[in-house]
Parts: sequence; C-alpha cells; structure tokens
Amino acid sequence: MPQSDVQHEPAIAAVPAWDPLLAANPYLPHMARIVRIYRMVKDNWVFTIRFLDDHRACAFHHRPGQFVMLSLPGTGEAPISISSSPSRPGVLELCIRRVGRVTDALYRMNTNDLVGVRGPYGNGFPVESIRGHDLLLVAGGLGMAPLRSLLWYAIDHRDEFNRIILMCGAKTPRDMLFHDELVSLVDRSDVTCLLTVDSDPTGVWRNHIGLLPKLFDHATIDPARTYATVCGPPVVYRFILQRLLAIHFPKDRILMSLERRMKCGVGKCAHCSVGYKTTCLDGPIFTYWDAINLPEMI
Amino acid sequence: MSNWSEVRLDYTRTILPPKKYFLPPQETLFRYEPGQGYVPFREGLNQHIVLFGLHACDIYALNILDRVFAGKYPDPYYQARRKNILIIGIDCIPDEHCFCRSMRADFADKGFDLFFYDIGDYYLTFIGTSRGDDMVQAGSALFEPVSAADVEEYKLRSARKRGSFQIDVDIRDLPEIFELQYQSGIWDAFGEKCLCCGTCSMVCPTCYCFDVRDEVEFGSGSGTRTRHWDSCLFASHAEVAGGENFRKTRAARIKYRFYHKQRGFVAEYGRPSCVGCGRCLSACPVGIDIVQAIRQLQGVQHASV
Repeated sequence: MPQSDVQHEPAIAAVPAWDPLLAANPYLPHMARIVRIYRMVKDNWVFTIRFLDDHRACAFHHRPGQFVMLSLPGTGEAPISISSSPSRPGVLELCIRRVGRVTDALYRMNTNDLVGVRGPYGNGFPVESIRGHDLLLVAGGLGMAPLRSLLWYAIDHRDEFNRIILMCGAKTPRDMLFHDELVSLVDRSDVTCLLTVDSDPTGVWRNHIGLLPKLFDHATIDPARTYATVCGPPVVYRFILQRLLAIHFPKDRILMSLERRMKCGVGKCAHCSVGYKTTCLDGPIFTYWDAINLPEMI
Repeated sequence: MSNWSEVRLDYTRTILPPKKYFLPPQETLFRYEPGQGYVPFREGLNQHIVLFGLHACDIYALNILDRVFAGKYPDPYYQARRKNILIIGIDCIPDEHCFCRSMRADFADKGFDLFFYDIGDYYLTFIGTSRGDDMVQAGSALFEPVSAADVEEYKLRSARKRGSFQIDVDIRDLPEIFELQYQSGIWDAFGEKCLCCGTCSMVCPTCYCFDVRDEVEFGSGSGTRTRHWDSCLFASHAEVAGGENFRKTRAARIKYRFYHKQRGFVAEYGRPSCVGCGRCLSACPVGIDIVQAIRQLQGVQHASV
C-alpha cells in the first residue's frame, strides 16, 4: 500500500482545549490533606492543611485577613479565615470553631483525611497602607483567629512597621487562642504583647488579670500614626471603639473583620451582603467608617 | 405548542423570567467522587437554544445579570449558557403593571442577537450580533432593506408606545430617599404585610441569590453539589453559623430587598437592578406593590398618572 503524502497533524494537537470549568471555575474546590490537628482550646482547634498538588501548595498566596471556602465532601462548605501568615507558606493553618454542621463534621475527621479548599477570597488587611505606621492589634475571645495572620506577617516583616502592640483577652488562660505562642511574645523587645484574662483558675498566669480595655492603661497609643485592628464579640467592639474614639482615633484607620455566611465567596450568591457591599468581595475587613455607613453591619 | 398559529406574540409577560435558562432553579455544579475530588458537571451547558420573543425589559435584565456573573470571578456556568443561547427580542405594548420606561429598561440596545419591532406589515429588525447577522444572511429571502417610510412608521409606533404607559414613577432621587428613609416606620408596615414567601424573588428577572447544597449518595461516598434559587426574604438568608441572624424580622428583610434593588445596586453597578417588568406586583399574594412603595417613600401619594 503506497504511503499517503498527507502529513498528520503534529503532536501539538494533543494539548487539551481551554476549559473554563476546570481552569477558571471560582466554585471548584481543590483537594487538600489535613496534616495536623492541634486541639488548642475546647471547640477551637487548629487544622493544618496542605494541597495535594504541590504546585498549588506553593502557588497559593494570600493576604493577612483573607479567607478560604472549606469543603467537606458530602457535607457542605463554610468560609474560614486563614490564621497562618503568608510569610510562612506551604501549608494553611485554619483555626476553626465548632459551631455548625460543616465544622461538626470536620471535628470528626482525622489527619490524612481530605478536604476541599478554594480561595483565597476577600480584601484582607491593607498591609501596604499600614506599612510605616504603628500597628495595634486588639483581640477578644476568638478574635485572634483572623488577627494572627496579620500579627505574624508584621513580625516576619518587622522592619516595615513601627511599633507592634498586641492586646489580647480571654476568660481564662485555657480559653486563650494561641496561648503558648502569645505568651512567648511577651518577652520580645520588638513587640508590645499585653495579655489579660478575666480570671485565672490555673494559678500560674503571669500576665494581666482584668478586662481587655484595661490594657490601654499599659500602652501609649499615638492616634496620628497608628492603624488599629479590632476583632472579637460585639462587647469587645463596643468597649474598644469607645476607648479608641476617646483618644480621637481616625475612624477610617480602625479595621475590623466581619463574619457572614458566605455561600459562594466570590460576590454572586448575595448571602453575605451588608447594605450594598458583599462581605466576601468588599470585606471581610471593613473600617469603622464603613461600618457606621452601612446598615446592619455589626 | 405544536403549531405556529398557537404562538402569542402579543403576550404581556411570562410568569417566570428568562433567567431560568441561564441560572436554572436548581443546577448541579459538581459531582464528588472519592479519589477524583470535585468534578465540574457539564450537562446542559452546551445545549443550543433559541429564545424567541423576549421583551426589552427581560433582555435588559439579562444584561444586568451579565454584570453580576462577570466581574473579578466570572461564573463559567452562566457564561457557557449565555454563549449558547440565542436571543430574538420582540417589542410589546405595556399593560397596567409595566413600568419599564420609568426604570429606563423599555429599550434594549444590546444583549440580543435579533430584535423585531412590529411596523405593521413587517418587522423592523435590529441586528445585535455577528451571529444575528448570520441568521439574516441565511434567511435573506425573508428580509429586505429598511426604507425611509419604515423608519417613519417605527417612530410613530415608538411614540404611541411611550404614551401608553399607565405607570410613571420618578427614580432619579431614589438612592437618597432610600438612604434618608432607612429608619422609617414604613418598613414596619411592609413587614406586617409581607409573608416573606419569596414569590417576588422567584419571578424577578434580576434576582440572582442562590443557596448551595451538598447531597451525598448513600453507600458510594460520592455526591453532588447543587445551587438553588434563594430569596433574601427567607428567614435563613442572613443567618450565620451558630444561629446569629442579621435580618431577624420580616420588616428588615423586605427593606433589604427593596434597598438592594433600588439603592445598593446603584452604588455597585450604576443603576437599579429593577427593570420594571411588573412581575412582582402582579404575583405578590398580599398585593405589595413596589411602585406604591417608592411613591410612599418619596411622599408622593397620587395613585396613578
């Protein structure tokens, strides 16, 4: 049989077609492995996860204050703020409160189990603007979960910030999120770390005892050159904002992280709308000025 | 429908808007398979459909949805359907519920492939896309060039249509009015009346809220992730994990719905997301009327023009 003169298409035809459902699908979770479960505080565990795909694990870049959508196959999806700093890449640390259906199921999982992750989403803290200023972090109760990312980002880029002042309060030392690492910061000379508890049943607490706003008596804040980040239950906002406004702290330099139930994370489903902003795109970090101008915000 | 003669080209409005073809009431996003993870579900995405006889307001509504489902994170499911569905628009005569002219959505300048305007013996055809032009070329025996008389007839009919609207509402100062009336007791009165049944959201051509649900197939470990039409009037809409609800009362929810349509969307996209199709006011089981609501907020009480 004579050979045909027609040349076959070269092998480049084997390149798969551009597929937006795989390559540009904002709803597509990527599988990741739980590599560590740190049972830090009752119902507040830290899950360390890593994408199965090493390229994805290395290429994942987030800003402090951003969140991911965490999927549990067959159960559902929930927005979770990233507690690890982008300056420590490779894995994601998620401090997760056991509070609903998805997180309940997560607490029954073990290391090596698989979860789905997509993101990072949200605006994150405006680190470019904070750079060159003093940074005040105020966390009450579970507020440390979203602030920890910024804390370690600032410490790892220490020369970019002036003073770093951390104020953290909890009911007892055993309820304090990230207790061990925060206590280890107290002795550092380049960070002002003020920790307080309402009461100390352990008897070995060496830091402050009293309510969180009392810590303002132990630090001088210069409203003219400071960014404040506040996170915690409503009562924390109420009293901390009072303290900050009393020293004429600019409202647009008080940053807070908002919690809403995002379903899509990418500004479509409208479940996290506040006024005319979506928490997932325009937030979750809002300034206090935004908060007083948008209804239903806090 | 089996026969062309059954086609009613003079219909007023469909019960459900055409959004159902682009954002189906229930849509599977992924299948989950152990070992494979989440696999995008493609069924129906590449189906080629012609939507014939869409009104300008509904096309305008699709143009609004286009903006929501594009942006920083384009929605590939919506985009695929939008690409594969051909749209032929047709003009219409307003009835007692239509206020598309007030919402500046009585004329669609894009978002269709072809648009037919009745000028008596012929349809004046606007060609919106290259694909629309292909259709005209393919059916060239049906088309002839537009004459000066056709244009005159179009202008005449257009003016007649303009004069036949029974509702006229001024929306220019609406964002400020909504802002100033945010604490108004009017909302409590609406909250008393509204059943929060969500009908207005379902029939709205621009309501796009969705809920996402996972279902598992017992035994196999595989399952699906689906999205469903949702409504901000439902009690669970603004609920967060742990039970906190940011819009507990019916008044808060109906206020949010109106606010987002007429105020929030203006800030985000430069215009209200309402196109004045009249579906919500004709479908509401307790007779809540957005036009009356706007007039009440503005303090203008005359019933109709």
